[in-house]
Amino acid sequence: MRKVYHKIIHIAGNVITVEADNIGYGDLAEVTSRQGVSLAQVIRLEGKKVFVQVFAGARGISTNDEVRFIGEPMKVSSSENLLGRVFTGGGLPRDSKPAINDDLIEIAGPSVNPAKRIIPKNMIRTGIPMIDIFNTLVESQKLPIFSIAGEPYNEVLARIAMQAEVDVIVLGGMGLKYDDYLKFKNTLDDEGALSHTVMFVHTASDPIVECLLVPDMALAVAENYAIKGKKVLVLLTDMTNYADAMKEIAITMEQIPSNRGYPGDLYSQLAARYEKAVDFDGAGSITILAVTTMPGDDVTHPVPDNTGYITEGQFYLKNGRIEPFGSLSRLKQQVNDDTRSDHRDIMNTMIRMYSEYLETKEKQSMGFQLSNWDKKLIKYGAQFEDTMMNLSVNIPLEKALDLGWQILADCFDKSETGIKTDLLNEYWPK
Amino acid sequence: MLDNNSGKIYSVNGNMITVQFDTFVTQNEIAYAVLNDAKLKCEVIRVRGDKADLQVFEDTKGLKVGGLVEFTDELLTVELGPGLLTQVYDGLQNPLDSLAEQTGFFLQRGVYLPPLDRDTEWDFKSTAKVGDKLIAGDKIGSVLEGIYDHWIMLPFSFKGTWEITEVKPNAKYKVLDIVAIAKNEKGEIKEISMMQKWPVKIPIKCYKEKLLPEKTLITQQRIIDAFFPVATGGTFCTPGPFGAGKTVLQHALSKFAETDIVVIAACGERAGEVVETLREFPHLEDPKTGKSLMDRSIIICNTSSMPVASREASVYTAVTLTEYYRQMGLNCLLLADSTSRWAQALREMSGRLEEIPGEEAFPAYLESLIAGFYERAGLVKLNNGSTGSITIGGSVSPAGGNFEEPVTQGTLKVVGAFLGLSRERSDARRFPAIHPLESWSHYKSILAQEDIDYARETLSRGNEVEQMMKVVGEEGTHIDDFICYLKSEFLDFVFLQQNTFDKVDAATSEERQIFVFAKVLSILKSNFDFTDKDLARRYFAELRQIFTDWNYISDKTEEFRSHEVTLDNKVKEHSNA
Repeated sequence: MRKVYHKIIHIAGNVITVEADNIGYGDLAEVTSRQGVSLAQVIRLEGKKVFVQVFAGARGISTNDEVRFIGEPMKVSSSENLLGRVFTGGGLPRDSKPAINDDLIEIAGPSVNPAKRIIPKNMIRTGIPMIDIFNTLVESQKLPIFSIAGEPYNEVLARIAMQAEVDVIVLGGMGLKYDDYLKFKNTLDDEGALSHTVMFVHTASDPIVECLLVPDMALAVAENYAIKGKKVLVLLTDMTNYADAMKEIAITMEQIPSNRGYPGDLYSQLAARYEKAVDFDGAGSITILAVTTMPGDDVTHPVPDNTGYITEGQFYLKNGRIEPFGSLSRLKQQVNDDTRSDHRDIMNTMIRMYSEYLETKEKQSMGFQLSNWDKKLIKYGAQFEDTMMNLSVNIPLEKALDLGWQILADCFDKSETGIKTDLLNEYWPK
Repeated sequence: MLDNNSGKIYSVNGNMITVQFDTFVTQNEIAYAVLNDAKLKCEVIRVRGDKADLQVFEDTKGLKVGGLVEFTDELLTVELGPGLLTQVYDGLQNPLDSLAEQTGFFLQRGVYLPPLDRDTEWDFKSTAKVGDKLIAGDKIGSVLEGIYDHWIMLPFSFKGTWEITEVKPNAKYKVLDIVAIAKNEKGEIKEISMMQKWPVKIPIKCYKEKLLPEKTLITQQRIIDAFFPVATGGTFCTPGPFGAGKTVLQHALSKFAETDIVVIAACGERAGEVVETLREFPHLEDPKTGKSLMDRSIIICNTSSMPVASREASVYTAVTLTEYYRQMGLNCLLLADSTSRWAQALREMSGRLEEIPGEEAFPAYLESLIAGFYERAGLVKLNNGSTGSITIGGSVSPAGGNFEEPVTQGTLKVVGAFLGLSRERSDARRFPAIHPLESWSHYKSILAQEDIDYARETLSRGNEVEQMMKVVGEEGTHIDDFICYLKSEFLDFVFLQQNTFDKVDAATSEERQIFVFAKVLSILKSNFDFTDKDLARRYFAELRQIFTDWNYISDKTEEFRSHEVTLDNKVKEHSNA
C-alpha cells in the first residue's frame, strides 16, 4: 500500500514540495487536485523535503491536495502497437484510441558504449542538391536545421523524412503550433507513412513540463526499435522550445543561470539527447533531424551555439534556401568518396566559387568597375542560386553533379576552376 | 564490509549528493553510494560541518535520502603499468571494450572493471640488481609493450631512497605479480609489482629538472610546422567556433605528429568522432614504425552524453597516463578535445555547490585550474639523465566563436602557441582554417626565421591590398599591389592550405616542407612583368593549379620531379628572375 501525502509545503512555478520518506531521486508521483490527476517527477531531495515537478503544471494545486509516489521513474511503452499512434509528452494518447501500457521501458536511459558504435557509412538521399552534394546526410547523423520563425523548416523536415528510406519515423514535437502538428500528420498520412510513425507531440498550449519529456520519450522508443535492428529516423521540432522550457524550470528552481538565463548544464542536457543518434554494431540505427530556431537569426545565441557544438553539422535555412555557408555535414566525408569520384571536388570548387561570387556581388553593389573575371562570377552565382540552391529542385545526386559540371563549363575555363587535371579530363562537358 | 567510514545521504540534487558522515572524510576522497546491488562512484568536493558534498560520476536516479555511502579514504587514482597502450578508457579509466563485453550496448552504471588486464603475461627483464639504491621513478626492469621498452619503475609514491633486496628472475609475470622487493632507510619493506597507482590530480614529478622546450615537434601540417610551430614539450591551443575544423585538425595531429605516444582525451565531445578514431587507428600504419597507429595510442573517451563529473576527471586521467610514459623517456603528445567541455563540467558543479559565480558563471578558480593542467606539459630530464616530454594541445570551443570568453582567455595566458581557427576561413573552405594573421607561436619554426618573416609580410601586405580593393575597387589598385595580393593568395592556397582527406597532401614531411617552401619563396620573391590584371589573375590561377597538383604527388616518385620541371617552366614564362 503506497503512502499518500497530503501536506504540500511549498509551491513555486511547476514545482511543489512535500515532506516524505524513502523516495528515490527521479521517481514518479501522481498529484490529484481539482484539475484532475497529473504525473509528477522528483527532481530534488533534501532531508525530508521532496521537490516534485508537476507535468500538468501547479496551477490550481492546493496545499492539502494528494501526492502519491509510484516508486519508479518515468517509463514508456515499447509495444509494437505504438506505430501509427500519437501521444502527449506525458505518454497519454492524443488520438482517441486507448492508452498503451505494456512492455514499459525506462526513458532517458544510459549512454551507448562508444565501443558498440560503428562508423556511419550510408548516405541518406534527399533529392535536394544543397544536401546531397554539399552537405550529405548520413545514416545515424544528428543534424539540426537552423532557422528563424517563418521559414519552411517543418516542410523541409517532412520532405526529408518522406524521401529517406527508413523503417520507423518517430516525431517529437515541442511547442508545436496545432496547425503544424496537423500538417505533419496530414503529410505523413498522404504519403502513407503514418503506419510506421510514432508521434509524441507537445503543442504550444500544453503544460510546459510535458515539453521536457518529449525528446526522452521519442528517443527511448527510437532506441528500442534500433536495438531490434530497425533504421529509425527521429524528427525533433523545435529544440529551442525545449531549451526554453528547461530555462523556465531552472529559473523557478533558483539555479544560477550561465548565459542569457539558460542553465549551466544546457550543453550536457542537449548532448544527452542528441547523442542518442547512433549506428549500433550489430543492430539498427537512429538518425536525428531536429529544428533549432534562432531567436533574432543569431547563431551565437546559446541554443544554436551549444547545439552546433554537439551535432554533426547543421543545415542553415534562410530565405527559403539552404545556405552553403553555415551549413555543414560533418559526416559527409564518410560517404562522399564512394558516391562518384568528382563529388568532393565539385563540392569544394562550387562553394569556393560561390564565396568569390558573393564578394564580387558586394563590389558590384558598391558600383565598382567589374573585371572579366567578376562578370564570370556574377553569371556563375546567378546560375548556382537558380538551380542548385532552389529547394523545389528534386534530382538524384548523380544528376546534380552533372548539373554542377554544366554550370562550371558554362561560366569558366578549365584552368580557372582549380580542379585536379585528371578529373577535368574525365568530367568536363565536351 | 561495513566499517566506520560511512555516511548517509542527506540530499540529492542532480549529480550532487550531500552526505552526513559518521567519523571523518578527506577532501577529494572517493566514496561509493550504495543503490540496491550497485555502487556508484563519487568524489568528495566540499565538506561543511558534518556534511560532505559529493559529485557522483554516474546517473543518480533512484538514490534515496538515508541511503548508505561508503568512504574509501583514497583519492581518485589510475592504474599505471604495461597494457595501457591501445586501450580505450572512459574518464575514470574503465576499459570500454571489456565493458561492452559485459554490459552490451549501454554503459550500465556502477560497473567498474580493472583498467589493466590481470591475466596478460608480460616478459619481464630486470635491470636493477640486489643492493641497488633507487629513488621513485628509477628503472627496476622492463617489459616489451608493443614496440616500446616499458619501464617497470620504483613506484612514484615511494619517498626517499630504497635498497633493492630482491629481484625476481627474468620470466613472464602478470601485472600484479611481485617482481622486486625494496627496503628503505627506516627498514620498511615493500613489494613491487608491475602495476602502481597514482592520484590523477597530482602531477608526477619524479624527474631532475624541467628543460626549455626547443626542438620543433613535426606535425606534418605545413601551416603549423612552418608558421606556428609547436615545440616538443610545449603547449598549444586551437580555439575555434563550431564547424571551423578543430576536430579534423586534432585528428590530423594525432595521426601525423612525429611522437612516440599519443594520448587522446575526447572530453565531452561527440561519440561519433571517437568512434572514427578507434575504428580507424588500428588500420592506419604509423610510418615511423610500420605498426598500427593504435599501438602508440591511448584513448580516453568521455563523450558529451556520459556523466559530467567523470568528464571533469577525464582530462586528469589522460594527463596522468601521459606523464607515466614520459617517465620512460618517451615523447608524448596529449590532445584534449575539448577543454571548454571540461570547463563547463566545472561550471555545472560550481553551480550545484552554489558558489559565487565568476564571468559567464564559470567558477573563479577556472584560470588556475587551466594553468595547472597545461603546466603538466614540458620537457624533463629524468633521474637517469635521459629526457622525456609531454606536449599538450587543447582545443577550445568558445561560445559563439568569440575568443573574449573566460576559457579561451585563461588558456591563451598559459600556452606557447595559439592556432586560432576562423569562421571566415572555414566558410571559404580554406583548411586548416588556422588564421595566418591572428595566430602566434613562441616556438622555433623548421624554416629560417627571415624566410617566414618574408612570407608573413607578403600575407599581411596581400591582406591590406585586399581590404583596399574593397574600397577603391580593382581598377583603382596599382598592378604591383595587385600582384602582391595574388602572391599572398598563391602562398595561402599552395602552402598554408592542406587537404587532410588526400592521401599524399594530408601529411608533408619536414624535408618536403623545406623543399617546397623554397620553391614558394622563390616565386614570392620573383618579379613578374604583367601589365594587365586579368592576365595576371589567369596566370596565377594556372600556376596555383600546377602547384596544387604537385602537392598531390608523392615526393618519392619520378612524376614529382617531372612536375617540378613543368612548374619551373611556368614560372619562367612571366618572371624575369
